[in-house]
Amino acid sequence: MKPVISLSPHVHGGDSVQKNMYGVCIALIPALVASLYFFGLGAAIVLATSVAACVCFEWAITRFILGRKQLTICDGSAILTGLLLGFNLPSNLPIWIILIGALVAIGVGKMTFGGLGTNPFNPALVGRVFLLISFPVQMTTWPVSGQMGYVDVETGATPLFLMKEAIKSGDASILSQLPSSLDMLIGQTGGSLGEVSALCLLIGCIFMLCRRIITWHIPVSILATVWLLAGLFHLIDPSYADPTQVILSGGLMLGACFMATDYVTSPMTAKGQLIYGVAIGVLTVLIRDFGSYPEGMSFAILIMNGFTPLINTYVKPKRFGEVKK
Amino acid sequence: MNKQDTKVTSVPSPHGGSWRGATFHIGGVHPAENKLSAASPIRVAAIPKQAVFSMFQHIGAPAVPVVKMGDEVKVGTLLGEAGKGLSVPVFSSVSGKVNKVDAVLDSSGTRRMAVVVDVEGDEWEESIDRSDTLVTMKDLGNITAEEVVNRIKAAGIVGMGGATFPTGVKLMPPPGTKAEAIIVNAVECEPYLTADHRLMLEKPEQILVGIQLIKHAVNCPKAYIGIEMNKPDAIKLLTDLLKEKAAQYPGIEVVPLKVKYPQGGEKQLIDAVIGRQVPAPPALPINVGAIVQNVGTVYAIYEAVTKRKPLIERIITVTGKSVKNPSNFLARIGTPMQQLIDEAGGLPEDTGKIIGGGPMMGRALMSLEVPVTKGSSGLLLMTEKESRRGEVSPCIRCAKCVSACPMGLEPYLLASYTRLKNWDGCEKNDVTSCIECGSCAFTCPSNRPLLDNIRVAKQTVMGIIKARHMESITKK
Amino acid sequence: MNVILIAVIVLGSIGLVAALILFLAGKKFAVHEDERIGQVQEVLPGANCGGCGFPGCGGFAGACVKAADKGSLEGLLCPVGGQPVMEQVADILGMKVEAAAPKVAVVRCNGTCESRPRIAEFDGAQSCKVQQMLGSGETACAYGCLGCGDCVAACQFDAIRMNPETGLPEVDEEKCTACGACSKACPRGVIEIRLKGLKNRRVVVLCNNKDKGAQTRKACSVGCIACQKCVKVCKFEAITVDANLAYIDAEKCKLCRKCEDECPQNAIHAFNFPPKKSPLPTSPKGGGDKSSDY
Repeated sequence: MKPVISLSPHVHGGDSVQKNMYGVCIALIPALVASLYFFGLGAAIVLATSVAACVCFEWAITRFILGRKQLTICDGSAILTGLLLGFNLPSNLPIWIILIGALVAIGVGKMTFGGLGTNPFNPALVGRVFLLISFPVQMTTWPVSGQMGYVDVETGATPLFLMKEAIKSGDASILSQLPSSLDMLIGQTGGSLGEVSALCLLIGCIFMLCRRIITWHIPVSILATVWLLAGLFHLIDPSYADPTQVILSGGLMLGACFMATDYVTSPMTAKGQLIYGVAIGVLTVLIRDFGSYPEGMSFAILIMNGFTPLINTYVKPKRFGEVKK
Repeated sequence: MNKQDTKVTSVPSPHGGSWRGATFHIGGVHPAENKLSAASPIRVAAIPKQAVFSMFQHIGAPAVPVVKMGDEVKVGTLLGEAGKGLSVPVFSSVSGKVNKVDAVLDSSGTRRMAVVVDVEGDEWEESIDRSDTLVTMKDLGNITAEEVVNRIKAAGIVGMGGATFPTGVKLMPPPGTKAEAIIVNAVECEPYLTADHRLMLEKPEQILVGIQLIKHAVNCPKAYIGIEMNKPDAIKLLTDLLKEKAAQYPGIEVVPLKVKYPQGGEKQLIDAVIGRQVPAPPALPINVGAIVQNVGTVYAIYEAVTKRKPLIERIITVTGKSVKNPSNFLARIGTPMQQLIDEAGGLPEDTGKIIGGGPMMGRALMSLEVPVTKGSSGLLLMTEKESRRGEVSPCIRCAKCVSACPMGLEPYLLASYTRLKNWDGCEKNDVTSCIECGSCAFTCPSNRPLLDNIRVAKQTVMGIIKARHMESITKK
Repeated sequence: MNVILIAVIVLGSIGLVAALILFLAGKKFAVHEDERIGQVQEVLPGANCGGCGFPGCGGFAGACVKAADKGSLEGLLCPVGGQPVMEQVADILGMKVEAAAPKVAVVRCNGTCESRPRIAEFDGAQSCKVQQMLGSGETACAYGCLGCGDCVAACQFDAIRMNPETGLPEVDEEKCTACGACSKACPRGVIEIRLKGLKNRRVVVLCNNKDKGAQTRKACSVGCIACQKCVKVCKFEAITVDANLAYIDAEKCKLCRKCEDECPQNAIHAFNFPPKKSPLPTSPKGGGDKSSDY
């Protein structure tokens, strides 16, 4: 017998990259079911295209451009990126636009930097923001939920659009057109695929917290900050929407639970994650209320992704036995 | 991983209600406990045919051999006297003839100076009291604190949890410090190991007398026994005993602790039991008023002071998933590991790795010829399947190592600085505080060898600091 | 016309003000550096290898200037540029340097996969320093090459490579600058920076094992067992045995190769000699010695 020798520890907890990535995918299943329920065929086509494209692009780039033998598509990160990208798109988006989005997400957002673990920005968001800027019309006409088709669907104003209008005109009565909070929680509104049902996203988030895939710091700090700040604006001027509806609208829940918590692009320490979450919350509200776009979540996350290395450099965990100076 | 784990989240408290268990405040992990040998009573291992006594069984300067080839020795005969500075003597645990004084392979994996004795009979030095009767503080009369420390030093006792720091030195607090709490480390947070657990069940009163001796030696009124709640029988036995004989053993308290690794780390245990955090090196536990002693050491102290028995045997767990009879042995120091394995049912065919100590901090051994030393708390045989680490993949920056680190360090950062040879960065990020507990590598989903790299950094940075220190001295 | 004029005036004045600020800042914050440092740095190779013991070529240039001010360049050597570069440096600083013989890195271990059986299997970070913490490592020899390639990673000149067949690093003498980085990187001190020798010819003991003969023999079939035969055969007193290990002093060695033939373990190797005319007389003798029960 030739014994194996290695330094301690000699046992491992059994956690793996796959477990985490597929764990997040499982957490997205309720939202996936909800999107299929509300958007039917459109959702299926968009999501399938997005996931398949992301996996194929990752495979092709690792294999042919980077020339790596070891393929990484099995680790589940490309599937996750595809799912998240799909969740951020309207259900009637043409396939060719989705393909471009997937190429930018995987190619520019992830593989240019060396693949999983090295990308500074959330790949799915890079893809989404690229599409939002390049194809603003297609990306901001949202089918009204409850339609099962892919083409020729009726589009309508989203809650976010109404909120923006109310602020612009200073007319609080526009807000009365908003769906009820309960409808927004369950998903009876227009919007991107994965955004519509805040409830399903919350269920997924709680699953991830229980499986210790993520910690509470980022989602809680984002939601709390947005609620408090939006509440403050609402108190000062009622033409700003009710904070609960702000939280339930648009991509906020998806962003707070699934996009901002992305391992690679979020800070490493609990303190840093709180700073990151609060900053995302503030930026989101500011962009939503004062920027030119109705939605600010993706921009806020991308901006704070850029600050993550800085936060990691300056925010250190509390060392054992550290004496406060 | 292991479904057999019985997680004990609370134990009944004698004051009514139940204890939830204290624990340390930063990081920590919970490896599968696998205490396979918890129910097997301590067996006396056979006396070996040949015993090897390494001169390097403790931290500090090696012992210096005082015997030569052909010398007759008895059980308890001095083989090596304490070296200069931090050191302890080494005694023979067998009687017979010195075969050679030479470099021999030991658990460090290298050849180092040792005395090899061929065993003949089992003759003991007359000064040792071999009876089993319990000697209490009352029986010892007016023994002075100095005498206690001197007997401990003369017996060559070291920390028996594995760190092997000379105990005598620990019991002499430097001027300006005062011991306010003795903490007995009965945590045994390493998976698989059960030596301390069995010792508490089988020698509880001896341990209590030992604690009194330590209290007496450092003039400290208060002592705590920290036990993890996966040993409810030991907690119950000791609390009942303390309740029953409260007058005889005053000022001793059992503290049940939540099961969490690395609770047995000195700093973590102090934090868990008395809620004080020892600052970064060079601060010592005594700077926060604590002295930590392993429960095995306490028993050795009892034997040394009351029976004048030097440290010649210890309890060692021989275990592993495919070991036939996972056992706890009372083995003579110097016994080859091979013999203990034979007594535990032989070497399993699927053995892939041999570990001296526990799976989290133990050393992988290259050969079974290495002898039991003062610090050998266990011998773990891992199956071929468990032996190899998983495939390494890129860091996904999940921050699990950061939240697992009990010292509040950033293992991912230190490991990547090591690869970049950024020793300055390592030093600034407190690599020297690392206690090498392995929680980071244990928890890493990418299977990265974090601790391997951090060890290199720690070693290098320590060297740099030392060189800088020397330079500043020579400049002056 | 008017617009163009305004643009020219505005941009021009911004430019002027900026230039003025730059000029003043340049004067105010100018760093006065000994200009010889720049001159010295120019003749240095610029690889910033650190082989000289200073942080990069700039650091070395500074040290040279300082040393020159004190009156001697002794002890300073750019291992990469070697003698020619040091002469240039000395010229710039108005000094003279003693001639230093060229050196090369030599891996003093010949424990290939065949000659040194693996008794354990290492699993962990691929670093010699990590394996070194496990005692003797994969083989029973606690002094020989660990084979994880820390030296290869340390070399700035791509002059040292692992040979996958032997598991040992090999030095490319053409590329090696004797900067010593590999030697410092090796946790066991296997690599020696040694005189290159006449016509690059060297006779070296390819072993670093300081264990006693019997143990060395168990660990490796080509290890030095400190039998002293080489010491006895050497007419020039170039070989010494210290701590169970023979060492050939490169300055005293006259390259007669007698020790090479004498060594029962084949631990002594001669480099860059023309092939021997009649290898027959030595081989049976070597074989005979091996079987003898030394």
